Amino acid sequence: MNWIKTKNNTKINLNEIPTLDICELREEIISLNKRPVGFFGKDWGYSRTKLFVILADDENGDLYVSSALFEQNEKEYESLTQAIPSFHIFEREFYEQFGIKPLNHPWLKPVRKNQKDYQFFEMEGEEVHQVAVGPIHAGVIEPGHFRFMCNGETVYHLEIMLGYQNRGVEELMVKHPTNQLAESICGDSVIAHNLAYSKIMETLKGIKVSKRAQLIRTLALEMERAAIHIGDLGAIAGDIAYLMGASVFGATRTLVINTMLEFCGSRFGRGLVTVGGVNFDIDNEKIERAIKTFTKVEKDVERMVKTMLKNTSVMSRLEKTGVVSTDKAREIGLVGMAARACGIILDSRFDFADECFKNLALPRKIFKGKGDVNARFQLRYQEAMESLSISKRILEMLKNGYKEDILAQGSDKLCPDSLAISITEGWRGEVVHIALSDSSSNLTRYKIKDPSFNNWYGLALAVRNNGVSDFPLCNKSFNLSYCGCDL
Amino acid sequence: MGLKILNLIIVLFLPFLMLGVIKKTKAFWGGRYGASIFQPLYDFIKLIKKDFVISKTTSGIFRISPVIIISSTLFAALFVPLVNSSVIINIPAGFVVFAYILSFSKFFSLISAMDTGSSFEGMGASREACFTTIVEPAFFMLLASVMALSGNFTFDALGKIIENSGGYGILICIFAILVLFIMILTEGSRVPVDDPATHLELTMIHEVMILDNSASDLALISWASGIKMLLLSSLIAAIVIPQGLNLGVSTLLYIALMLLISVIIGTIESATARIRMSHVFEFVFVMSSFALVVLSLVVARMFGG
Repeated sequence: MNWIKTKNNTKINLNEIPTLDICELREEIISLNKRPVGFFGKDWGYSRTKLFVILADDENGDLYVSSALFEQNEKEYESLTQAIPSFHIFEREFYEQFGIKPLNHPWLKPVRKNQKDYQFFEMEGEEVHQVAVGPIHAGVIEPGHFRFMCNGETVYHLEIMLGYQNRGVEELMVKHPTNQLAESICGDSVIAHNLAYSKIMETLKGIKVSKRAQLIRTLALEMERAAIHIGDLGAIAGDIAYLMGASVFGATRTLVINTMLEFCGSRFGRGLVTVGGVNFDIDNEKIERAIKTFTKVEKDVERMVKTMLKNTSVMSRLEKTGVVSTDKAREIGLVGMAARACGIILDSRFDFADECFKNLALPRKIFKGKGDVNARFQLRYQEAMESLSISKRILEMLKNGYKEDILAQGSDKLCPDSLAISITEGWRGEVVHIALSDSSSNLTRYKIKDPSFNNWYGLALAVRNNGVSDFPLCNKSFNLSYCGCDL
Repeated sequence: MGLKILNLIIVLFLPFLMLGVIKKTKAFWGGRYGASIFQPLYDFIKLIKKDFVISKTTSGIFRISPVIIISSTLFAALFVPLVNSSVIINIPAGFVVFAYILSFSKFFSLISAMDTGSSFEGMGASREACFTTIVEPAFFMLLASVMALSGNFTFDALGKIIENSGGYGILICIFAILVLFIMILTEGSRVPVDDPATHLELTMIHEVMILDNSASDLALISWASGIKMLLLSSLIAAIVIPQGLNLGVSTLLYIALMLLISVIIGTIESATARIRMSHVFEFVFVMSSFALVVLSLVVARMFGG
């Protein structure tokens, strides 16, 4: 066996993972042809590096794990990107972290370090001009540098240089794994990252979380999804100067996050989820109020979106702007909401469903989008409405039953020599956390993959042949995270 | 003389009120209380008191431009009919002088933006220059047609459209107002052409050109663009408000009309999205086609019998 098959939130013994020769592993990856979710190195002592590869089979909910060992003098291998382009960013990251070079990689540029040596792709010609934006922007957004190659108003090529937010989260996680740190990975996916971290710790520690706590977690995740989607609908409306949309969505988003504030004291859900369960229970009075609020939010959002979709000036801005074709999206490995908007069926809530989500038995809606801003706008609307209705359903369930402890106690020690993978569908897409422990039960490697890591390249493709003034609109429709990618 | 002084006072202060009313209208449609309608005036006073920050890459052009922009805009105000359709300096073909003094002011705002060496400001300047080239012929076509109708090459002709054009009067008036209104939106950098409220450098037109201006420079430029909007709106007033009214009544009507135009602009900004940059030309070309309609109506009236 060249692969070990596992599931989401299941631990496997490190010693059972097959170690292949890199050439052999490369052949295996190409012949298996599944979606990469993990491709990372780990220092293996004696200046050796072990490369772990985790591929996802979304249809069956399986994860395939394998590895290869690089000896001290092995510093290069034939790149996978030539055969499977979606590996491009993973190989760049691996090269940056361990100095093992993928040969013939078409785009071997820094991911988050060494920005000083960054070589931008340049075009020549009388009429081509460069526009450099950032890392300091006019608005209150995170730092990132964007380099446009334009002919007049048309963008030929956009290159995105990130890394300004690199805080070394993965290393910190190994030293001091805490919920607070997991919450700070990406400020708009607090619940998603914290949940992924908590689940992986529970897997490694063997803690069983009560049904009530699981429901509250799912509720929080859906509320986060609804709140961010509604907020981004407002941001899209604001970018096209459609004031009414911006105001209404801004106000309704506030209602959702203020409900979260009532539940746990933080509008973004900080401190709610913890290893073993949740820190705050929700009493029936709050539940009643939240259900009423969500009903109002649903009504307002629906009315506003319908008004916008009828407004021709709005539709002319959204339609056919920032198109990513289905083939391109699959090729570069888009994930999450951005991929679904291109018509790819990919949602780890269903593909890698946990017990709680399975019990809800929700129907899976397939979105037929064309990959433009309009598709992402409508998908966000659809998902926000879905999340609100799921939230209401969970609140009803919490009101009528599941009277259990919200916090389970378990051992403090991690299971030794293990690897665990935890995939959680945040609002942006799959949040993947991978943890490795050694024989003395210490964490030795913690790998985080935010969906932004895959999707930034999608934004670069989306703006090609669009007007440079449409870039902010495309950007908002994706709303990718800088710090989630920079770690 | 008294009327001229009244007109000067109106030119100096009414623009702040118009901007304030636009913002208030937008706040109303957005479900907010919004700032006081005098806020633009307070902002102006605040900016005047501040210290400059001047980019090292700029030259003297950047320093002198705000003064040229405000003074040429104020100079242009002398050639336009204001309250009671009274023009402070009434000369034949005053509209040509008016248009070119405003162009002079725009020329300096363009080269001042280019002077900073910023790629954004260069893009903004190129967009602004593009739209101006479309606006200018339409404006001349409109005024020349209307003046040919009355054989009088001063702005007085605007008030005499109805009496000179018989059955076509109402139509000519409507199209002339539409041309002028699109010109206000374009030249005043309002939605759907530009978005004065955006913070996104890549989508701005007018705002990006003044990114490097600060303190009183910024105050003067914003004031000048307010005055320009008032002057163009005054041309609508010259068409709509009947002449020969009592001074008090016509002053009130004038101010009411200016504020009404502000409310309309604010409502448009709230209810429509901005046009995609590549389609803005089509919107501005509508102005040219309406001006052509006016021209053909005038030709029909003069030669059609």
